[in-house]
Amino acid sequence: MSAPPLTKFARSPRRSGESQDRRTELVLGVLACGVLALVAGMVIFVFAKAWPSFSHNGLKWFGPGGDVGAQLQAIFNSPADPANYVYLLRAWPLIYATILVTASSVALALAFAVLSAIFIVEFAPNRLRRILEPTVRLLAAVPSVIYGLIGVLVLVPLVGNHLITRAQKESVIFVVQLTGNSLLVAVIVLTIMITPIMIAIIVDALRSVPNGWKEGAAALGVNRWRVMWTIVVRSARPAIIAAAVLATARALGEAIMLAMVAGSVAFSPNPLDGPTFFLEPIQPLASTIVINAEGLTVVPFGQTLYAFAAVLLVSAAGLSLCGYAAKQPLKRYGIRA
Amino acid sequence: MDRIGLGLCWAAGIALCLIAAAIVGFMLFKGLQFLRPDLLVTSPVASQDQSKSGGFLDPMVGTLILTTIGTAVAVPLGVATAIWLSEYARPFWLARAVESGVDIIAGTPSIVLAIFGLIIFQQSFFGFLSFTAEGGAVFGRSFLTAGLMMSLIALPLIVAATREALQSIPGHVREASYALGKSKSATIRRVLIPAARPAIGTGAALGMGRIAGDTAIVVILLGATALQAEGSTPLFGTLRGTGSTLTSYVYNNSPAGEGNAPEKAYAAAFVLLLIVIFLNFSIDTIAGRRKMEAAWKG
Repeated sequence: MSAPPLTKFARSPRRSGESQDRRTELVLGVLACGVLALVAGMVIFVFAKAWPSFSHNGLKWFGPGGDVGAQLQAIFNSPADPANYVYLLRAWPLIYATILVTASSVALALAFAVLSAIFIVEFAPNRLRRILEPTVRLLAAVPSVIYGLIGVLVLVPLVGNHLITRAQKESVIFVVQLTGNSLLVAVIVLTIMITPIMIAIIVDALRSVPNGWKEGAAALGVNRWRVMWTIVVRSARPAIIAAAVLATARALGEAIMLAMVAGSVAFSPNPLDGPTFFLEPIQPLASTIVINAEGLTVVPFGQTLYAFAAVLLVSAAGLSLCGYAAKQPLKRYGIRA
Repeated sequence: MDRIGLGLCWAAGIALCLIAAAIVGFMLFKGLQFLRPDLLVTSPVASQDQSKSGGFLDPMVGTLILTTIGTAVAVPLGVATAIWLSEYARPFWLARAVESGVDIIAGTPSIVLAIFGLIIFQQSFFGFLSFTAEGGAVFGRSFLTAGLMMSLIALPLIVAATREALQSIPGHVREASYALGKSKSATIRRVLIPAARPAIGTGAALGMGRIAGDTAIVVILLGATALQAEGSTPLFGTLRGTGSTLTSYVYNNSPAGEGNAPEKAYAAAFVLLLIVIFLNFSIDTIAGRRKMEAAWKG
């Protein structure tokens, strides 16, 4: 008559262990899916909010035409009646500025980072290496606002007062004012900012190349530099690409620092201007959002800013896809990066 | 040809040293030059006269609050995600999706996270996190909302560090625990998490550095104002209120912001740099201890 409770009692330890296991899996799984739901929510919300700006302009949204600054101003001042909202925007100067500053600083940083990483891994004297490695990690952790501060207080006046000649200022006076807030400073500061991130990844990748490969090449009489360049750097190429992708993502999303040094004038520098090209101000997408953050409450203006955010979001997602694809060949060699 | 390459390598290495030394030295010089003790203990006051505009006590408190909230949310969520990804990961497609979701968060610019936070926290459902205006419009800006978004910045770092650690624990350690009759959840709690703790610490410290150094979220979701409590409850009121952090203080006092007080910006940037350096050193200490603890790596 006491059979059912006994059975239950006898089986309870195992069953509680199992059900606890199932519960743990469920809780952990739900939390993990929460992260996924958050990403989905982010994409949906940002795009829903940005839609009016895209739908009113069509594909011309991405194209050139007119003065972006004036267009943004018009959107900001658009009448309160939803039927009369102004949406006209040709965002090309902002996109162009983003691409320009990101591509040039990533290219510069890539060359610099690969050489520095080779130096750290192979050629640096032991004492220097012991200083260099923590320094690189420290530089990678320095907040971007500090780089921005140094840029705006040191480099901008330097360029503005000494590098830009009066003739250059006068040559473009009717189009734009040259103050030192320029493409040049933006690229320099951004390069310094993203190089340490790349160096850290590339150093790890170069280290994880099997020693036997290096020794094999050295045994064939190849010198150290050639071993590094032809064997080690080549087999770590996917990791170098992954590092470049990560750095591109950082550069793309850098808002505050670029808002400080790049000049906040929606202007697209013209390569035909010769050296003046590098001294002209720019305004990338991310810093446009920061600078105009007060305008988020104005409905059409906010929607336009969300459209910028949507473009950034899509590019960032595309980049992380590229990064994932770039890492695949590494797994084949069994190198983890 | 080889010599040119070698020379370039040396040049790059030495340039790196010089740039690092220049940045750190410059910040040290400017920081010591402008940092006065009274800046650390007074609150900012709006004033034209820079000698009367006060120090940056509020921003320092703000950085502390925000880092605490962000880490407190990110660590449990990140560790749970990492454990699920490396120990369960069923069904497979879901695990892949979560993995790429974390990747996407890692790649998303913080400015996008900031304005995304503004949309969701302005829903009336989240009204309790910030203050609600007369007409029922939710402001959406507060320490709580900014802290929650900040946790997303730290999350990928914590997930990556924890996963790495869990994957480096050999399978026989888990099997030994199962052989002693421990369930999977007990193994996770008693064996895997203690073994991964140093890595979780490293990830959390990295994340704290990122949170302390982020500006975009502060400018948009915290309002970058002085500490302004909402409501009468003392602690919760502050958390629901707006404020500023060291990063937004630096930004606002630089020539790009309204304040234009470079001395104070330098001083605040110096304090911020010290915080980041301190966090970095704590990572080194944690990492050093890990080497001793991991006995099975032998």
